[in-house]
Amino acid sequence: MLDKVWIIPALPALGFLLTLCFGKRLGPSRAHFIGIPIVGVAFVLALVTAGQWMARDGALDERGAVSDIQQSCSREATTISSGGAAAGDGTANEGSTAEGGTGGDVVSAAPEATRAAESGGGTEELTRPVIRCLSWWHSGPLQFDIGTQLDGMAVLLLVVVTTISLLVHVYSSDYVNGDRRYTHYFAFLSLFTASMLFFVLAENTLQMMVGWELVGVCSFALIGHWWEEKPNSDAALKAFLTNRVGDVGLMIGVIVLFFAAGQNFSIYDINVMANNGRINHTLLLVSSCCLIAAVMSKSGQFILHTWLPDAMAGPTPVSALIHAATMVVAGIYMVGRLYPVFFHGLSIAGSSINLLAVVGSVTAVFGALLAFVQKDIKKVLAYSTVSQLGFMVTALGVGAWTAALFHLFTHAFFKAGLFLGAGSLSHSCGHSFDMVEDMGGMRKVMPRTFWTFVVGTLSLAGIFPLAGFWSKDEILAGTGGLGNAATGSYYFAFIMLLVAAAFTAAYMTRTIWYAFYGEYRGHGHPHENGSRITVPLVILAVLGAIAGFANLPGVLTFEHLVEPVGAYFPGHEQGLVHADFNLAVAILSTLAAVGGGLFSYLYYFRRSFKPLEGFSGRNRVAHAGKTLLENKYYLDKLYTDIIVGSIKKPIAAAAYWVNQHVIDGVVNGAGKGAVVAGKFVYEKVDQLLVDGAVNGVGSVAESSGGELRRFQTGHVQQYAALFFAAAALLCGVFVLILG
Amino acid sequence: MTTNNWLLPTITFLPLLAAAIMMVIPKGEEQLHKLIALAASLGGVVLGVVLLVRFDYSQAGVPQMVTDKSWIKLINSRFIMTMDGLSMPLFILTLALLPLVVIYSWDHIPSPGNPKAFLMLILVLQTGLLGSFVAEDLILFFVFFEVVLLPMYFMIGVWGGEQRQYASIKFFLYTLFGSALMILSFLALYFLVPTPTFDMRALPELAKGISTGTQVLLFGGMFVGFGIKVPMFPFHTWLPDAHTQAPTQGSVILAAVMLKLGTYGFVRIAVGILPEGARKWAPVIAVLAVIGIIYGALGCLAQTDMKRLIAFSSVAHMGFVMLGVSTLTHYGINAAMFGMVAHGLITGMLFFIAGSIKDRFHTLEIRRLGGLLIQAPRLGWILGFCTMASLGLPGLAGFWGEFPAILSAYQPSDGLNVALFRTLMVIAAFGTVLAAGYLLWLFQRTAFGTPTEEFADDPHIHDVTLHEWVAWVPMLGAIVLFGILPGLMFNVLNPAVEALLRAGNL
Repeated sequence: MLDKVWIIPALPALGFLLTLCFGKRLGPSRAHFIGIPIVGVAFVLALVTAGQWMARDGALDERGAVSDIQQSCSREATTISSGGAAAGDGTANEGSTAEGGTGGDVVSAAPEATRAAESGGGTEELTRPVIRCLSWWHSGPLQFDIGTQLDGMAVLLLVVVTTISLLVHVYSSDYVNGDRRYTHYFAFLSLFTASMLFFVLAENTLQMMVGWELVGVCSFALIGHWWEEKPNSDAALKAFLTNRVGDVGLMIGVIVLFFAAGQNFSIYDINVMANNGRINHTLLLVSSCCLIAAVMSKSGQFILHTWLPDAMAGPTPVSALIHAATMVVAGIYMVGRLYPVFFHGLSIAGSSINLLAVVGSVTAVFGALLAFVQKDIKKVLAYSTVSQLGFMVTALGVGAWTAALFHLFTHAFFKAGLFLGAGSLSHSCGHSFDMVEDMGGMRKVMPRTFWTFVVGTLSLAGIFPLAGFWSKDEILAGTGGLGNAATGSYYFAFIMLLVAAAFTAAYMTRTIWYAFYGEYRGHGHPHENGSRITVPLVILAVLGAIAGFANLPGVLTFEHLVEPVGAYFPGHEQGLVHADFNLAVAILSTLAAVGGGLFSYLYYFRRSFKPLEGFSGRNRVAHAGKTLLENKYYLDKLYTDIIVGSIKKPIAAAAYWVNQHVIDGVVNGAGKGAVVAGKFVYEKVDQLLVDGAVNGVGSVAESSGGELRRFQTGHVQQYAALFFAAAALLCGVFVLILG
Repeated sequence: MTTNNWLLPTITFLPLLAAAIMMVIPKGEEQLHKLIALAASLGGVVLGVVLLVRFDYSQAGVPQMVTDKSWIKLINSRFIMTMDGLSMPLFILTLALLPLVVIYSWDHIPSPGNPKAFLMLILVLQTGLLGSFVAEDLILFFVFFEVVLLPMYFMIGVWGGEQRQYASIKFFLYTLFGSALMILSFLALYFLVPTPTFDMRALPELAKGISTGTQVLLFGGMFVGFGIKVPMFPFHTWLPDAHTQAPTQGSVILAAVMLKLGTYGFVRIAVGILPEGARKWAPVIAVLAVIGIIYGALGCLAQTDMKRLIAFSSVAHMGFVMLGVSTLTHYGINAAMFGMVAHGLITGMLFFIAGSIKDRFHTLEIRRLGGLLIQAPRLGWILGFCTMASLGLPGLAGFWGEFPAILSAYQPSDGLNVALFRTLMVIAAFGTVLAAGYLLWLFQRTAFGTPTEEFADDPHIHDVTLHEWVAWVPMLGAIVLFGILPGLMFNVLNPAVEALLRAGNL
């Protein structure tokens, strides 16, 4: 299975086609009969793949580690496994150490290989990525491939994507039942799943770009699913266009890396080259910064996050699948996939600040703050997602790669569960998401939804021993913020994340208060939903509770399965340090979460802070802060009104005015000038001078003139006939001459 | 390889023959005229398949299926037709498009009617287009290049919109003006090479003796001629008028194939014969191309008419093509050639859709449209698909013309200013954002939402008809096919592009 993983994305792609062709013929609201089984099979295959990955053989030397890479896909792997005979300076070192012949004196060139060699030809476990490819297209002397690269993180995402997708398919079959575009909905759900899996398995950066954009289109189509209302289609457009801005970064980043790695798109090769210092540091820095722009848009990082809350206009299961668990982590995945580029480009090791860490930690706090002023329960969760994605980006920025992926893993379950829970609430509260106006007291009416939501919330808040606790703790420890051993010492990130963790617990407590406690404030007849909705909720709650045990301190199963070890990933020698479990960090983060939650509990449930209520109405500073938050830091105003507004109206209008009056004016002016000149020549020269001379013989021409005039005034057909005759003549001449 | 290969002349003149037959059949036999046109176009497709089979793909860089006959002895101009990897995609596109246009014409003959004349013009046009892509003699090329003008002039002038007179005259004269400078360059070239000839196979070698200064001048003449046809900023103003006024079929052919005469000419003739001139002109072309990308996009944003918007988008798309050409690298020229075909398919489709919307709503004013997805859902989704293709979505054909072109600007050919080209690369990349902006904005305004009151209960508004399906499905299929398997085209183009660059030491 490991070398045939292409089947996994191919299945939902087939599902998309089948749904498109036959979905409607199955009858109304039956399209899931195609989607669910196919995604189910993909899910099983993903589990099989994961099982085989776990059973893979370790203890390889560097040459063994590349033994499952198809020769034609990677220039670097070829060099390593052939002993580097044909390679240039840098690769020769690597090759010879891989043979174990020269020992430890070429450390700087190929540390990973050296490590393998020093430890006696491979007692250390190196991971063996499985790479397969086919020729895709050619340009010049180069061939570009399409293929799959399977390694720990790809396996992880395969499982996460298919699991959530399957649950969302099941959930949707009830949630959007009776929708007028039921078939379209399921078709795009399948297409999204296929695109995401394609992205995950991409063997090269070009393919990654393809997947990246395709998930964007599916997101566009699903956000705008109910496009009859303008706000929905506006949200869809906003999502697509904001992502396009980030895509410029992606495009340029990919291009820079392509040329930096000797005109090569291969992810494996780029990583190996970046990792052993064969790519110029400046180029790595430039491409990382460009790629960060792409991360900011796709993964909703501050200041390009504004599309993500608006994207909640789409159906809730879509928000759970695309805008919480999978698509928005594409940015995280991309950074993780090209980690050597960022690790060395941003000089993450031993440092205390870099762009990635700053973007992530600022997003974590600012996103969380915005969640406090939302009335719409989905928007709370959306800003929460923004904030949690900030955690992951920070983790990558501080060199805690495994922690980032681990948090991606746990977050996918509890956040998808929370979104589906919000959907369940709305499904029974008259399709409103306004938790302040239309919900309240749902604890008693919807017990299953309530309990699963509470579990998700506790996990998200990072309460021991639920999943969120373990992954968040690992990130905090990874910052090295308490002076513990870590890749760097990112105090700024540590403090920001601690604050964000406290906020998280607080706003989620607020959400639970509004939605589940107090009196019902809506006007419907809420009821618990059917099993197709509640079963996925329960499954996700269970996963969201226990997923953290995958990487228990000391055991670290997750780390061993997911984190690559080999020449294509930064190792200990380059400064990547795995932070150990730190009790002080764990206590501090728990205190922050409990403190935030407790404050919120006292404020909302106990109303212990009566003097604080309405504070923002009395205090000018607080009022200004609240207004700032309610206007989402005015970023939307800046983008929509100022930037887009000015391009769309004055700038475009000015360009068009220039086009019509200046450029076209010259053309028309030239035409008119020619007419005037012609008139002059005709009236003054022709009629007076030439014609005077001709007049004598003029009478002869009169009869033939009549003939000619027929052509001038005449019908198109005559023109056509004349024209055709000329062409035919040409043809005749040709035939005659050819003889 | 014999010099008596009749395949190319046969394919080229077949439409003309059909037009000749139609000329003697009375005007009233409308059905018969349509059938003849269809038969001729399908005949072309069959011969095209023969061509595809007989083409030697391992030798795609070498002229094949050569016809080389004495033609105009006086000026040593010969009747030479050949086919290689550069010509083939455009030649096949042209062949394949004709039956689709004829089928679409089945129930879409624009006012004032007269299918006989209309189809005859299309057939004559076809001969001109096909001939241009295979002619390997400058004079022969020029003849075909000019043959194209007249039928299009009449199509716009007779079957066009309200301002057809202005648009057709402008189109005709503007292009003719360019041609005049172009033929001047051709003639100068003829006299400057050691052994006077118009043979395009021999000229690259012979022209190496011409000094760089002279090459720059000669290239300048061709630059104006081809630049107008492309059209490059600032020679583009004929295009929106011509497109907006032309009947649907005219717009489709214009966008899909005719503009490519300019870009093809650039690659094959201007760059192919005068590489040193090209090197000097490259920065100018690149800057104008990128201005075209941004400027065309801004022009689109200012439009209120759907068809005019699509026309302006051509200016932007051709900017990407010319940016690729100007880098003088294999990435750039491959991308340019791919982009030509992709743009032909995608923008051709967009014009088809615009025509069909016009048929149903009798207006293309964006403000008055809306809710197309409700009234004609399939038409709406096809429009959505084509806007996605047009904005360069990976996985569809448009991407492969756009991305490698941007990529090529990172490392242009030796001797070109790297800093300039990299700056242009970044600007061009931002052009893709604007492209997404105007296309999605168009789609939102026309397809999303609910129908305007004016058309809400209009019984004439129906979904895609059978003729439309037959005409469109091949194009939609090709957009997907080339998007997923770009190698199908790149692998044919690439040997020819490499040969071209090798010959020019680029």
